[in-house]
Amino acid sequence: MQVTEAVAIDHGLKKDEFSKICNLLKRIPNITELAIFSAMWNEHCSYKSSRKHLKKLHTKGKQVIQGPGENAGVIDIGDDDAIVFKIESHNHPSFIEPYQGAATGVGGIMRDVFTMGARPIANLNSIHFGSPQHKKTKHLLRGVVKGIGGYGNCIGVPTVAGQTTFDESYNGNILVNAMTIGLVNKNKIFYSKAAGLNKPVIYVGSKTGRDGIHGASMASATFDDKIEEKKPTVQVGDPFTEKLLLEACLELMADKSIIAIQDMGAAGLTSSSIEMASKGNLGIELNLSKVPCREEKMTPYEIMLSESQERMLIVLENGKENHAKKIFDKWNLDFAVIGKTTNSKKIELIFNDAKVAEIPINLLAENAPMYDRKWKKTKLPQRLKLNKDNFKSLSISDCLKKILSNPNISEKKWIWDQYDHTVMGDTIQKPGGDAGVVRVHGTKKAIATSVDSSASYCYSHPLTGGKQVVCESWRNLISVGAKPIAITNCLNFGNPEKEKNMGEFVECVEGITEASEYLDFPVVSGNVSFYNETKDKGIKPTPTIGGVGLLKNYNKMITLDFKNIDNIVYVIGKTEGHLDQSVFAKDILNEKKGPPPSINLFNEKNIGETVLNLIQKKLIISSHDVSLGGILTAVSKMCIKGNKGLKINNLKGLTNKYEYFFGEDQARYIVEIPKENKEEVIEILNKNSVHFDDLGIIQEKNLTFNGDINLPIEELSDAHKYWLKEYMEN
Amino acid sequence: MKSSVIIFPGSNCDRDMDVALTKFGFKNTMVWHNDQSIPKSDLIVLPGGFSYGDYLRCGSIASKSNIIKSVIDFANSGGLVLGICNGFQILTETGLLTGILQQNKYLNFICKNVFIKVKDKKNKYFKNIKKEILELHIAHNEGNFFCTDQELKLLEDNNQIAVTYCNSNGLENEEDNPNGAIKNIAGIFNKNKNVLGMMPHPERMIDKYLSGEDGSLFFENLLGNLG
Repeated sequence: MQVTEAVAIDHGLKKDEFSKICNLLKRIPNITELAIFSAMWNEHCSYKSSRKHLKKLHTKGKQVIQGPGENAGVIDIGDDDAIVFKIESHNHPSFIEPYQGAATGVGGIMRDVFTMGARPIANLNSIHFGSPQHKKTKHLLRGVVKGIGGYGNCIGVPTVAGQTTFDESYNGNILVNAMTIGLVNKNKIFYSKAAGLNKPVIYVGSKTGRDGIHGASMASATFDDKIEEKKPTVQVGDPFTEKLLLEACLELMADKSIIAIQDMGAAGLTSSSIEMASKGNLGIELNLSKVPCREEKMTPYEIMLSESQERMLIVLENGKENHAKKIFDKWNLDFAVIGKTTNSKKIELIFNDAKVAEIPINLLAENAPMYDRKWKKTKLPQRLKLNKDNFKSLSISDCLKKILSNPNISEKKWIWDQYDHTVMGDTIQKPGGDAGVVRVHGTKKAIATSVDSSASYCYSHPLTGGKQVVCESWRNLISVGAKPIAITNCLNFGNPEKEKNMGEFVECVEGITEASEYLDFPVVSGNVSFYNETKDKGIKPTPTIGGVGLLKNYNKMITLDFKNIDNIVYVIGKTEGHLDQSVFAKDILNEKKGPPPSINLFNEKNIGETVLNLIQKKLIISSHDVSLGGILTAVSKMCIKGNKGLKINNLKGLTNKYEYFFGEDQARYIVEIPKENKEEVIEILNKNSVHFDDLGIIQEKNLTFNGDINLPIEELSDAHKYWLKEYMEN
Repeated sequence: MKSSVIIFPGSNCDRDMDVALTKFGFKNTMVWHNDQSIPKSDLIVLPGGFSYGDYLRCGSIASKSNIIKSVIDFANSGGLVLGICNGFQILTETGLLTGILQQNKYLNFICKNVFIKVKDKKNKYFKNIKKEILELHIAHNEGNFFCTDQELKLLEDNNQIAVTYCNSNGLENEEDNPNGAIKNIAGIFNKNKNVLGMMPHPERMIDKYLSGEDGSLFFENLLGNLG
C-alpha cells in the first residue's frame, strides 16, 4: 500500500505529524513504518498532551524505589520487602465490549506488576457508569463486573477494594480503572531497560493474532455513532494463559537470566520493543517470521500492531535460552528467540528474509510530539445561598434514608460478592470498609489500599477536586490504621484539544501535586486517559487515586463497625456544614451548583496523623472517615456494620442540623472510644489542637437524635443495602 | 502425617492449602500434574482454582491428567483424598464422586461466608469435630451440585452427604443455599468415606484475622483423626 497523507490521517496522525515523520526520516515511511509511528505517537502511548504537566507531579520520597516511567511504581516497606503497584484505564474498550474490555484491563495491569518480578497480592478497581436510567448502564455494569471477576478470580488474586459510581456524564463513556498491588524482594526487581549488545530478544506467552489491532489508536480518539465497528479493536483475554505466564515468569526470575522484560500491552510488540531499546540507548532487530502467530498469513503490519494479550518480551543473558525455554515449555507457553539487541540505535524488522522497516529509535521516543495545549482555568463557583425555607418541609430521617440508598452511596455487595476477595489467605479487611487490607505473607506487616475519585468536586473546581481525592485516599488508609505511603493515579478526562477539558486536567494535576507533596504521599505510577467523549459530550473530570498504606503490625488494624454498647463516639475534625456539591444538596435540594468543600492541607495532615496515633496506641477501636453524605451517613454505615445503635447527644450551638449532619467538610473522622480511654484521647486531641465533637454513645438497635431521629438499624440497613441488587435483578 | 497437594496448571489455592496443612502439622509436598507418581502420603489434596482454565468443563481436563491415575489408585486403596472447590469438580469428573457441579443458580460467581452443617461424623474427616455447624468461605461459579434421584437416594442411604448449606442455626433452607445445589449439598463422600469433595474452603479460615477460624477446627480435627 502506498503511504500518503490520507493514509496517515486514517492511522490517527495529524497532517503536521505526518510531515514531521517524513522530515525526520527524510523519506516517506512504508506502511509498516507508518503503523509504528502511529502507534508510538498516539496520545495513549506518547502522552503528547499530558507530558508537559505530568512532569510537575510530586514523585519523590525516601520510600520511593521507582517512580513513574517504568511498568509500575515501587515503594519500600522495610525488611527488603517492596510493593509494586499501578492503576490503569481500560475505558474505551470496556464501553465497546464490557466483558473483554474489563477483563483485559485487569490482565494488563497485573502483567505490568509481575513484569517487575512481583507476585500480585491484591486487585482493586474503580468503575463509573452512566445514569442508572440510561438504557446501556445495566448491561455495561453486568459485563464489566463479570469481566473483572472472570479474569481476577481465575488468576487467584483477591479483589479487595473498589469504587462504583453513576453519573450521566458517563452515559457515552464508562470508566474502568484497574489497579494491582504486588510484592517483591527489593533486591530482585526487574526493569524494562535493555543492556548489552547481541543479547537474545525472546517472545513468550500467547501466540499473536489479529485482535486488538489499532487498540491504542482507538483509545486516543473520541467516539461517534459507529462505535460498533470498533469491536475488533478490543482484545480478548485468556486468564488461564496469564496465570501460566505469571508462574513461568516468576520461575525464570528466580535467577539472573533476565536483563530486561516488558509486557506487550498497548501497541503490543511495537511499544515493548521500542521502549526496551530506547531506555537502554540501543538498537533492536526483530525477525517477524519467528513470531508465533495463531492466524495464517499475518503481515508485519499486523504483527507489529496486534494487541493480543498475555505476551511478554524479554532480553536474556547470552546462553540462557535453553534454561528459559525449559521453564516456558513446562508451563506450555510459546517461546521464541525473535531478535537481538544491536548498536544501530534503530528498530530493524526482518520478514521473509527482507528488511521491512528501519527507523531510528529516537525518532519514535524522544522526537514524539509534545503539545502545550491551550487550557482554561475554572473559577471557584459562588457559594449557594440557602435559607431556612430550603429546609422547612424536610424530615431528617427521610433525608438520611434517601441518601443511604443513593446509587453512589448504597452498598455494592452485589458487585464484590462476584470477586474472589479471600484467595491467597491473607485478606484481613474485605471490601465494604474504608480500605482493603492484605497481609504481607508470612510477616506481621499488612498493606492497606483504596481507590477514590470525586468527579463532582473536580467538575465544580478541578484544583480543589484534585487535592480532595488525594486527601480522601489518605483518610481511607488512616481509618484502618495504616500509614499512607504512596499513590498511583489514573487521569480520566475528556478531549484535551478543548480548552475547558485541558484546563480540568491541568488543574486537577496541580491539585494532586499540591496535596501529595504536602502529605508526603508521592505519585509513583499511573496513566492518562483522554478523549472520554462521545458526540461532543465529555465526561466529568475523574482523576482516580489508588492509595497504598502500611501497617507495621496488622494486629493494630481497625474496622469501621461499631463494637460495644456505651462506648463514646466523637467526630474528629471541624464541621462547618458545607452543603454545596454534597449528596444532600443534589438529592434533597436538587441543587447542583456551588464549590466543593475546601481543603486545608495543614488540618488534613495534623488530624490524620493524630487519628493514626490514636489507633496505634489502641485508644480508639473503630474509625471511619466522613465523606459523601456527611456525618449521619458515616455513622449509619458504622451502625449497620456493627449492628449497633447510636444515641446522638444534644449538640450545643447547633444552628442548622442539616448542614451539620449532611455537610461534606473535609478532614473528618468518626471514631469509637472505649470509656476508659476518654481522658487520654482528649489529652492527645487537645495537645495537637484537633477539634472534636462529642457526638454520642453507642446503644442497642436504634439511631436516635432528640425527637428528630429514631430509626431502627434494620431500617437504615434496608435503605442502604438493596438498591444495587434490586436495580440489577429487575 | 504426610500430605500431598497436586498442582495443576491453573490451580490457585495450592499455596493456601500448603500453608494450612503445614500450619496444623502435616508434612506437605507439592506434586506437579505431569508427575507420574505421588510420594507416600496419608492425605492427598486436590486444591481449588481453575485447572486447565476450566476449559471444556470444570475439572474435566484435570481428570485426564498424568497424575490422576495415581490419585485414583490411592483412593481405591482406601487413601484419603480431599477435593476443595475445583478439586471437588475434578473428583466428580474422575468418577470417584457422584454427580456434577453445574453453574450457580443465579449465574454469578459467589464469594462469601456460608454456614454448613456436618451431616455425618462416622468418617476420618469429621469424627470428633466440636461443632455441628461450621462457618466457612465459598468462592465459585460452578458449585451447584446435581445428581439423579437414584444417585441422591444412594448418597442419602449410605450417609454420603458430608455437609450441607444452612443458616447459622442449622436450618437447611433455600435462602441459605447460595448456588442452588440439590438438597443444599455442599460436600459429599464416596461410598467408603475416604474421598471427600466440598465447595467451601477451610484453608481460607485458619486464623482469627481472616473471615473466621472454623477452618482450623477442620484441619486440627482431621489431623487428630489420622494420628
